[in-house]
Amino acid sequence: MDIIAIYGGWFIGLAALFGLYMTWGIGANDVANAMGTSVGSGAITVKQAIIIAAIFEFAGVVLAGGNVTETVRKGIVDHTVFIDSPELLIYGMLASLLAAGLWLMIASAKGWPVSTTHSIIGAVVGFALVGLGPDAVQWTKVWAIVASWVISPLVGGSIAFLIMISIRKLILNTDDPFQNAKKWGPIYVFFVGFLISLVTLFKGLKHLDIELTTLESFFWSAVIGGLVAFLGWYLIKDKQLDPEAEKDHKFDGVERVFAPMQVFTACAMAFAHGSNDVANGIGPLTAVVSIVESGGQVAQEAGLPLWILLLGGVGIVVGLSTMGYRVMKTIGKKITELTPTRGFSAELAAAATVVLASRTGIPVSTTHILVGAVLGVGLTRGIAALDMRVVGKIVLSWVVTLPIGAGLSALFFFILKAIFE
Amino acid sequence: MATTNPLGSLFGKNPFRSLQEHMRVAVECADMVPGLFAAAAEADVDAVERIKDQIFEKEAEADQIKNAMRHRLPRSLFLPVNRGDLLEILDVQDSIADVAQDIAGLLCEREMSIPEFLKGDVIPYVEACVGVCHRSLEIIEHFDELLEMGFRGREGERVEALIMELNLAEDVTDDMGMELSRKLFKHEDEMNPVSVMFWYRLIEWIGDLADYAEKVGNRLRLTIAK
Repeated sequence: MDIIAIYGGWFIGLAALFGLYMTWGIGANDVANAMGTSVGSGAITVKQAIIIAAIFEFAGVVLAGGNVTETVRKGIVDHTVFIDSPELLIYGMLASLLAAGLWLMIASAKGWPVSTTHSIIGAVVGFALVGLGPDAVQWTKVWAIVASWVISPLVGGSIAFLIMISIRKLILNTDDPFQNAKKWGPIYVFFVGFLISLVTLFKGLKHLDIELTTLESFFWSAVIGGLVAFLGWYLIKDKQLDPEAEKDHKFDGVERVFAPMQVFTACAMAFAHGSNDVANGIGPLTAVVSIVESGGQVAQEAGLPLWILLLGGVGIVVGLSTMGYRVMKTIGKKITELTPTRGFSAELAAAATVVLASRTGIPVSTTHILVGAVLGVGLTRGIAALDMRVVGKIVLSWVVTLPIGAGLSALFFFILKAIFE
Repeated sequence: MATTNPLGSLFGKNPFRSLQEHMRVAVECADMVPGLFAAAAEADVDAVERIKDQIFEKEAEADQIKNAMRHRLPRSLFLPVNRGDLLEILDVQDSIADVAQDIAGLLCEREMSIPEFLKGDVIPYVEACVGVCHRSLEIIEHFDELLEMGFRGREGERVEALIMELNLAEDVTDDMGMELSRKLFKHEDEMNPVSVMFWYRLIEWIGDLADYAEKVGNRLRLTIAK
């Protein structure tokens, strides 16, 4: 207990610094993936993407980020183990942030596709397992999370597959694809707003003291969906067919109608990303802060202090505007094959999947889900060539990231312990 | 920062675009064949030589595109069509350029002149065969729309209809070729026997232009039906 009293300020300061670094890294890498699709199709510029990211990542953290943060904070390690020595939990969380941050730095320098989520989860499990023994880990929760890393890209892929098929049925495979795109476009956009809102609102705003009944949740989601649909309608209503371009590519008009609709999926992706991935950075920070501020209590309920959310949001935006925009530009150029209809399908599917995971408090990888969603579009025979080696690389990065994250974090754990005791 | 980003490296180079580019070049080879016969009809040896060189150049360009495309089509790519079908279409397309080259080579090497009785019919025949090549190219240009539709639906039906027309156009060239061979048979005695032999071969090769063009369409049909 004394240690916490003496070094409390230090712990919070370090955790904030490491947490900021993590969110900066997430902003530099992950956000670019989440929104690169919309940039690549020309729906939004990089500058607009940064503005959208700033607003919606933040909204995602505040409105829907609590559950995943809680999971990282206290769902993976069994806090009852730490009642007598809460400082160990502080070392562990600091070590996890350090380990994940370091590993991400190495991996991105080498160009390995490593997930921030996998790094931090591996790290948290690692310090608990090595530092305190297998009993300190809540294995059922950990296995559920690991299973979700396989399932979530499959879910994203399936949804993307269905959306793409529906676009073909309702729009492309009709007498007048262009008019049908304008007719159905706002309805697709409605679903972007409706789905994201519903998942967020439905029993999800308790931390803001807002309790909505099922009916109310549906009502307000429909209202938000309606507003978004109106905006979508407004953006596409003046689109005209370009007969010249149409000669070259029959679905040119349809694609031009779908392009502005990707503004909404970009917002949804930023929101989804904020609600899930930001927790990787601020979850451990929250754990440290709540222990220090309560003077060593580990099992108590803790709300998310606003400054932590702000820090998470700021880290993301700074990461995106310092390095992420470059990643975004590169990705945008590489994924031109993802035309607006395809990109819309993939992004909507990915955003819905991620938000659903956030709602259930499961930390998932936004990037991997998006890869799954793109493969789902590919399964409709709709993408010219997909390099399946990426899937192998992702699996490999998994296999490597978990033990390395765990090992590094255990190492830092013992170092920190030695320093402070 | 390195860019081996999972999303960025997910997309392979679009092989259909290379296929279209290759077909355009192959058909450009075929496009020069009528001019070759026009020059031969006027016994303009220099012009024949010049056009031959152009065809050889284009054929080499087609080969380059073909090899580059084969190179970029590893088995790890997930394609919306069978990889083997795609490579076969490429091969058949390449045959169009090859045949154009063979025709140019033969006309040049043997300094072949066109017998009077064939003059009126050969060039229309060549043009008809090249026309079939153009129909085939038009079908290949539909790949973008096919892809957007997942090789099904209306776009698939439209392309199938175009392939039917392609087949009919090729049938017409078959008849023209037979007509030409019959004429040649009637005049065999008036000609140098070796020339007769090579003219039969030329008629066959000109017909091959249309044949391969038709095959391109038929191979493409397989990718739609699957």
